[in-house]
Amino acid sequence: MSRYVLRFGVLGYLAFVLLVPVGFVFYRAFDNGFAHAWHAVTTPEALHALWLTLLIAAIAVPVNTIVGVILALALVRGRFPGRGLLNAVVDLPLAISPVIVGLGLVLLYGRGGWLGGLADDGLKILFALPGMVLATMFVSMPFVVREVVPVLREIGVEQEQAAETLGAAPFQVFRRVTFPAIRGAVAYGVVLTTARAIGEFGAVSAVSGNVEGKTQTLPLYVKAQFDNFDTSGAYAASVVLAVIAIAVVVSLRILQPKVH
Amino acid sequence: MGISVVEVSKRFNGFTALDQVSLAIPEGSLTALLGPSGSGKSTLLRVIAGLEQPDTGQVLLNDVDVTATPARERGIGMVFQHYAAFKHMTVYDNVAFGLTIRRRPKSEIRARVHELLELVQLEGLAQRYPSQLSGGQRQRMALARALAVEPSVLLLDEPFGALDARVRKELRAWLRRLHDEVHVTTIIVTHDQEEAMEVAGQIAVLNEGRIEQVGSPRELYDRPANEFVMSFVGPVNRLGDAFVRPHDVEVLLEPDGETQEAMVERVVHLGFEVRVDLVRDDGEHLSAQLTQEQAEQRELERGQIVYVRPSRETVFRR
Repeated sequence: MSRYVLRFGVLGYLAFVLLVPVGFVFYRAFDNGFAHAWHAVTTPEALHALWLTLLIAAIAVPVNTIVGVILALALVRGRFPGRGLLNAVVDLPLAISPVIVGLGLVLLYGRGGWLGGLADDGLKILFALPGMVLATMFVSMPFVVREVVPVLREIGVEQEQAAETLGAAPFQVFRRVTFPAIRGAVAYGVVLTTARAIGEFGAVSAVSGNVEGKTQTLPLYVKAQFDNFDTSGAYAASVVLAVIAIAVVVSLRILQPKVH
Repeated sequence: MGISVVEVSKRFNGFTALDQVSLAIPEGSLTALLGPSGSGKSTLLRVIAGLEQPDTGQVLLNDVDVTATPARERGIGMVFQHYAAFKHMTVYDNVAFGLTIRRRPKSEIRARVHELLELVQLEGLAQRYPSQLSGGQRQRMALARALAVEPSVLLLDEPFGALDARVRKELRAWLRRLHDEVHVTTIIVTHDQEEAMEVAGQIAVLNEGRIEQVGSPRELYDRPANEFVMSFVGPVNRLGDAFVRPHDVEVLLEPDGETQEAMVERVVHLGFEVRVDLVRDDGEHLSAQLTQEQAEQRELERGQIVYVRPSRETVFRR
């Protein structure tokens, strides 16, 4: 009996906290009919926002994947002073509010900041793509590291050392032994990184300037539509975001190699 | 020729794992590094393999100083206690790994892998994954993988330590036969004196980072250099300053000259042999090893009074 109470309690919690709000967004998106929703997400501004969101993710996710795997290797296999500090720093993006990250970038690259002079040299960071990419990379950085670190710990060094004694050079050891062992964790890390990258609002909103059709990502577009009382347009754009996220999860599930 | 270790020392964070260790291993021999955990035996093996860099000293393989040579260029084969199987590869790909890295032609690799799988009796299992094998099979696969690259030296780090007793005994005998066939210079690390004695032609006993004695199994047992070796290579009774093996304790029913009175505390039947735990009238505990027949003749049982005398004892100079 208590087993059922527990089970329905957990399911009910999940439903109310996760499923019902998202479900309502899907439901209300088509309040004014499918045509209206379709129109709302195919305006030039919406399409540009979608394209910008995907572009930022296409830069931030590969960079964070490669850096994340290297960081995980350094944290687990490396022997250097400051390893504990690095381990803590990796979690920083999870600990501090994204808006603060955005403001930090504004202070660094803005007028009077350490790197504020870059704008005068023609390299515009703030209120442009580079700043939005930097903000996105910051907030989505920990996921690959945090997925890969425990797997690296678990597999240990024996397989790598065996490969070494069999004549494999360091990169061959990584490509043939280490990477296949962590592939699943990397893939899951990529899913989480992508989800975070396409959904980021706070940090990006602080550095983007939010110019419609120029520096407006899809989450910013959703907010703008909402503020303009075009709620069904906002919901329709939200559905697009959700569909992208689901597509990423599903495609990685399909690509995932079978585990032996 | 063979392997020479010259005055190798290695410390880990203040712990001395190896202290000025020198050892010569003849080509084609099978040598055991025997010692308790923490004695430095695995560290010595890893220094020879190149997986650990010594603080001081040299390692020579076939008269070439390889101290600064990375493991991958030393031409060694290594087998680890927990198999270190490549989990995402089939048995075939595991065994072929070293040859694939060396970019040998596919036909050559195929021939060599099948030859080795036959040698280690895993012919039918080439397409299995390591998780589908038993522990003994995995370790034989690891041996085939190490032998595939035709190493000049085969290094085995507690290779049977993770297996159950019966499989361990089988693999020991099998390893001995394999060595007679392949003749590659082999070092096996073990903490099990029975394993070392059964498998190796030469044994180096290590303790606290030093080599206590090197010799054949017989030499170590009959002429141990010190207390540590004496008590590590077999069971021993300590009576005052003297050390006596249980099979050198005579158990008599009547006093006879130099015998001492003792009471039987326990009679343990181990099959052919019977171990008798005794306490002498001076309070010293000792055990005697008898054959089943001897024990039956004496009708030994708990609480019985007997008379004991060492037929052979060893006293080490201090």
